[in-house]
Amino acid sequence: MHKPRMQLLASFDIASLQYLDERGQTTQALPDFATPDTLEALYRQMTLARMVDDRAVKMQRTGQLGTYPSSLGQEAIGVGVAAAMAKEDVYCPNYRETGALLERGVRIEEIYTIWGGDERGQNFCHVREDLPLSVPIATQMLHGAGVAFALKYKHEQLSQPMRAAVTSGGDGATSKGDFYEAINLAGDWKLPLVVVINNNQWAISLSRSGQTACRTLAQKAIAAGIPSLQVDGNDVIAVYQAVTEALQQAHAGGGPSLIEAVSYRLCDHTTADDASRYQPAEELKEAWAREPLRRLRAYLETLGAWGEAREEAMQRELKEILEESVRVYRQAPRDTATAIFDHLYETLPEAFVEQYQQLQGDS
Amino acid sequence: MAQITLVEAVTQALAFEMQRDPKVVVFGEDVGLNGGVFRATDGLQARFGRERVLDTPLAENMIGGMAIGMAAQGLRPVAEFQFMGFIYPALDQILSHAGRYRNRTRGRLSCPIVYRAPYGGGIHAPEHHSESTEALFAHIPGLRLVVPSSPARAYGLLLAAIRDPDPVMFLEPKRIYRAVRQEVVDSGEALPLDRAFVLREGRDITLVAWGASLKEALQVAEQLSREGIEVEVIDLATLKPLDIHTIIDSLEKTHRCVLIHEAARFCGVGAEVASQINEYAFDLLLAPVQRVTGFDTVMPYFQLEDAYLPGVPRIMTAVREVLEYANGGVA
Repeated sequence: MHKPRMQLLASFDIASLQYLDERGQTTQALPDFATPDTLEALYRQMTLARMVDDRAVKMQRTGQLGTYPSSLGQEAIGVGVAAAMAKEDVYCPNYRETGALLERGVRIEEIYTIWGGDERGQNFCHVREDLPLSVPIATQMLHGAGVAFALKYKHEQLSQPMRAAVTSGGDGATSKGDFYEAINLAGDWKLPLVVVINNNQWAISLSRSGQTACRTLAQKAIAAGIPSLQVDGNDVIAVYQAVTEALQQAHAGGGPSLIEAVSYRLCDHTTADDASRYQPAEELKEAWAREPLRRLRAYLETLGAWGEAREEAMQRELKEILEESVRVYRQAPRDTATAIFDHLYETLPEAFVEQYQQLQGDS
Repeated sequence: MAQITLVEAVTQALAFEMQRDPKVVVFGEDVGLNGGVFRATDGLQARFGRERVLDTPLAENMIGGMAIGMAAQGLRPVAEFQFMGFIYPALDQILSHAGRYRNRTRGRLSCPIVYRAPYGGGIHAPEHHSESTEALFAHIPGLRLVVPSSPARAYGLLLAAIRDPDPVMFLEPKRIYRAVRQEVVDSGEALPLDRAFVLREGRDITLVAWGASLKEALQVAEQLSREGIEVEVIDLATLKPLDIHTIIDSLEKTHRCVLIHEAARFCGVGAEVASQINEYAFDLLLAPVQRVTGFDTVMPYFQLEDAYLPGVPRIMTAVREVLEYANGGVA
């Protein structure tokens, strides 16, 4: 059969970045930021995130918290992303983001308040511009694009300093239209947006391979005309470095990029899930060998700066912080019932006052 | 002073507010260079630039969602959906986020967005271009729902919607986009977002409608006045929050009421109005409230749309029935 001659119009590569392998050995020279002090701070935050998650699951099991989505095993992504952001940048998170929230300055008790069934937790007292946790998958990525538009607009039209938006989602999110629409718009309008995909291999029970025929999730950015990269999501140095470069590009007016951080969900989807129904035990065991904390600790130990004594001191300090947050969370009085009307509109329209008064009388 | 149409009043309000407030940004499909398929944004890009009047990629869910991030950052996004029948991909964003952001964050962030869309039938358009599904949005907490029915009200209500600190669905009755011309003072004066308008006073029966259906309501009133029957006509205008007081005040005089809307009957906004009349003004009624609405069918292709829409004959029949209704036992 005659084969027509065709011209190659475009071709693409997907790069992958790693600095620290699963044994904590460097695979290449580390970037300048990776000083022992910085890495210890990142290790501390990742450890705190794991403790906050662990305590949340325990509180859920004992009736002190509602359904909770742990980020066990993915601490390097959240912490690395948020640590690379400037305070003035705006974070537009999904719901599985304990490490990132803590690093951004959201209080532990605020995270517990959200999952304890109380909107007041989303009123982040120290982080006023970051978007609230978003539950419907990938929807927050469009908010991220909108925030990025606003930041660019305020820079260009209203002479404010250039800032960037960072949004995150899981591997499942990359199957949704919201994801494609957000990266397509960001590319088209050159928005200062960084999209981080936490590829933890599972969207509840559907594995990464069931989500798409794409070999990587990073390559989906090619369709939007934006640069992308895959990083070892269990290597906080790689995550931090990739996000730092992406933000530099965004701040300089160079537009959006996408980072696929490859990790593994070492926990159930949420406390309402039982991953043993679908996660192969052998795969889980192998994934534990690649988890992010141990490799970073191993590296710090090779520097001679870290050891059992410092580990124990840090654990004690973090436990105190955690206990105090749990205490604050537990002692908070329940919100008044009429609060459900108080922020429905800026000013409650007269048409709803009767319902408000009825609820007031009932409670 | 120039006489302008409803769609020109929309443009005039957008221009006034863009001039006044640099945070107002207009975007949607074909709203820039082309000025919108109905020309509602005609000339705005030339006047305010491509940075403030933007043609978006073709994705309605994206339009709905990006507005939320823009609003959370303090901009005043005015998003156009090209037709009401194309809003549905964005329902998730509107329902799950726009109407909830203020409450979810306990007031930390809010969504001062205007989602504009032409709506309603009667212009012989293809399928999906003639929808009246306002009740879907009336059911969403945290939203306002506004339907203008004249150039002056389109101008004043749209200004109010853009300035409002919460999300507003602003549905423009495209059948009457160019039906009448009216003098509209470009004063920047907004109308309240929680008041119905009495368009014609009468003592015998109250007709409540919104959008393009008011055209038929007023025709019926005019015809009946020749028989000595005086019909009061109310433009509900702000469907949510709903101004039941203006309707009750009217019923104090007329004691009889017919509700008219193009949308399907079942769970239409008319059902809510009837229910509230029942709750607050049952004793005033001399006859059951009647509804003249679209049928509980799919909006037909345009060959049959006149059969679907509540026209003058159906309204007239309902009005006469309500006027002639006599409760057997009561004098």
